[in-house]
Amino acid sequence: MPLAHAPTTVPVTVDAAKCIADKGCTVCVDVCPLDVLRISDLTGKAYMKYDECWYCMPCETDCPTGAVSVQIPYLLR
Amino acid sequence: MDEIHDATSEIACDVLVIGGGTAGPMAALKAKLRNPKARVVLLEKANVKRSGAIAMGMDGLNNAVIPGYATPEQYTKEITIANDGICDQAPVYKYAERCYEIIQELDRFGIRFQRDGNGDYDVKKVHHLGTYVLPMPNGETVKKALYRQLRKAQVLISNRFMATRLLNSPDGSIAGAVAVNTRSAEFLVIRAKAVILCLGAAGRLGLPQSGYLWGTYENATNSGDGYSMAYHAGAGLANLECYQINPLIKDYNGPACAYVAGPFGAYTANSEGKRFIECDYWSGQMMQEFYNELQSGKGPVFLKLDHLHADTVGEIETILHKVERPSRGRFHENRGTNYRQRMIEMHISEVGFCSGHSASGVFVDEFARTTVPGLYAAGDMANVPHSYMLGAFTNGAIAGEHAIDRAAEIDWPEVSAEDIARERDRVLAPTRREDGIPPNQIEYKTRRFVNDYLQPPKVTAKMEIGQRRFAEIREDLETRMVARDSHELMRALEASSILDCADMAAAASLYRTESRWGLYHNRTDHPDKNDSDWFCHTILRKEAGRMISEKRPITPYIVAIADEERGAYDHQRVRKQA
Repeated sequence: MPLAHAPTTVPVTVDAAKCIADKGCTVCVDVCPLDVLRISDLTGKAYMKYDECWYCMPCETDCPTGAVSVQIPYLLR
Repeated sequence: MDEIHDATSEIACDVLVIGGGTAGPMAALKAKLRNPKARVVLLEKANVKRSGAIAMGMDGLNNAVIPGYATPEQYTKEITIANDGICDQAPVYKYAERCYEIIQELDRFGIRFQRDGNGDYDVKKVHHLGTYVLPMPNGETVKKALYRQLRKAQVLISNRFMATRLLNSPDGSIAGAVAVNTRSAEFLVIRAKAVILCLGAAGRLGLPQSGYLWGTYENATNSGDGYSMAYHAGAGLANLECYQINPLIKDYNGPACAYVAGPFGAYTANSEGKRFIECDYWSGQMMQEFYNELQSGKGPVFLKLDHLHADTVGEIETILHKVERPSRGRFHENRGTNYRQRMIEMHISEVGFCSGHSASGVFVDEFARTTVPGLYAAGDMANVPHSYMLGAFTNGAIAGEHAIDRAAEIDWPEVSAEDIARERDRVLAPTRREDGIPPNQIEYKTRRFVNDYLQPPKVTAKMEIGQRRFAEIREDLETRMVARDSHELMRALEASSILDCADMAAAASLYRTESRWGLYHNRTDHPDKNDSDWFCHTILRKEAGRMISEKRPITPYIVAIADEERGAYDHQRVRKQA
């Protein structure tokens, strides 16, 4: 399929050392209004799969271990 | 997750509420409490726990009509005047009468409202005439409090289902809806005796100046799906040319927020630090002056707090950096903007539809009924003007109660298997292509043309070019758009709603050949307000597959407006001191 990739720096980052998605937690994935977070099959940790962020913060606020950080998307910063 | 599964299931309920943000949870709750035996389903594209405009809560009520501070008559008068007279007063009056009861109910849910030393509600003046703004000290807890009530009442919640079209029975009344799972593309048919649309604003219509599709004023999930679904079901949509355009923090694109900071002494200023508008309440007339100042040598425009005591600024920060858009603080920190030392640069938002702040929306009466039997609408997408969060709660409650009573009286309306099959083909078409244009490019192009051709000041020739560009994009959307997984399919369906809204915005704006509501419908080739021809609603709807517009008379006022009061919102610019 002739689709190219357009790289972007993502506003939501996850501290793998703190993330407990590999123990079954899915809170950040569940609460994201735009549904842009997923659990990686490779690492078992949460990550931002789609750069479609309203920088609204439920993922960071509701994370039980403080692993998620929201930055303002670079184009707006 | 996100792989496409080919599956269809069907459920039936008494009342289906679509949209779990603000109006939706209240509609579902009220319907269920009124008839606990009924099946009430609340369908949500995201997750009801954190969805909609108030995903992170709200700082206060902007339009509380509280005995002792304001009366329903005063409020109805203020909203009629602020909306340039184009307003059926019955729904506004009904809201004003019932909202105090809803405030007390929210209080019982655990949402606190600010009180003064005497224990009375601490209501602030922000509007031009009356006093209606009530702070919410624990406003970040709103969604949690609502969610608890929904669970307690046993409302059936279906998260991550995106409704795509309503189903009409052969007599035209509403028979249900079809939806698609955003994580599996599974297809769901929901038969219902009544449907309440609470899908929020059309917030992804214009493109923010940052160019970032998701950096919108409204929660970016609010892509106008409700407007599109109502249109295709045959409902009338009122005054769509009365766009929403708001004064916001430049680039961040969230509210600055004069309603919070104003009562502490902050105000909107030009680059000289001087006031240029009489009142910070959002109206089209105020936005016109804001636009004029931006374009003038005294622009840009700022929110000024740097004259306030450091402790006062600290108090404002505590509110603004905790609720509604809490990442505001982070944005200012990145740019080194300390409210104590520097004014906050502001700009105007992209255009959208939202009755929460303007008036455009699905036409409803005082029972939240649309023009299609069995179909209701509440919140930002229904045309009760300037209704804000409390309007969504109150009108949601009214819709829920009326819809559940209707459901008790009728059997399930007939649905057509052909309609369902046709909709399934339409929805899944982008997943069946091997190659094509991804939804984000369809969306970007639509929204860039909305900015280029539909943004005020509106020009006839430009809007007509816009329509031709939209028709070309529609051809691409219908024949070439490709979605590789269920997440992209959701975006593809949203792109379709956005394009519908763009077409509706152009058609409605071209139809009303006058200027009204300040900047919201400022037409350079019809610059004057023309009450003799256009003191009416415009109703846009689908008839025989085509988009048509017609006039609808304003229902005679129940609260009289004196001639000298009509123009109260026309003079927003600060007059020169003698």
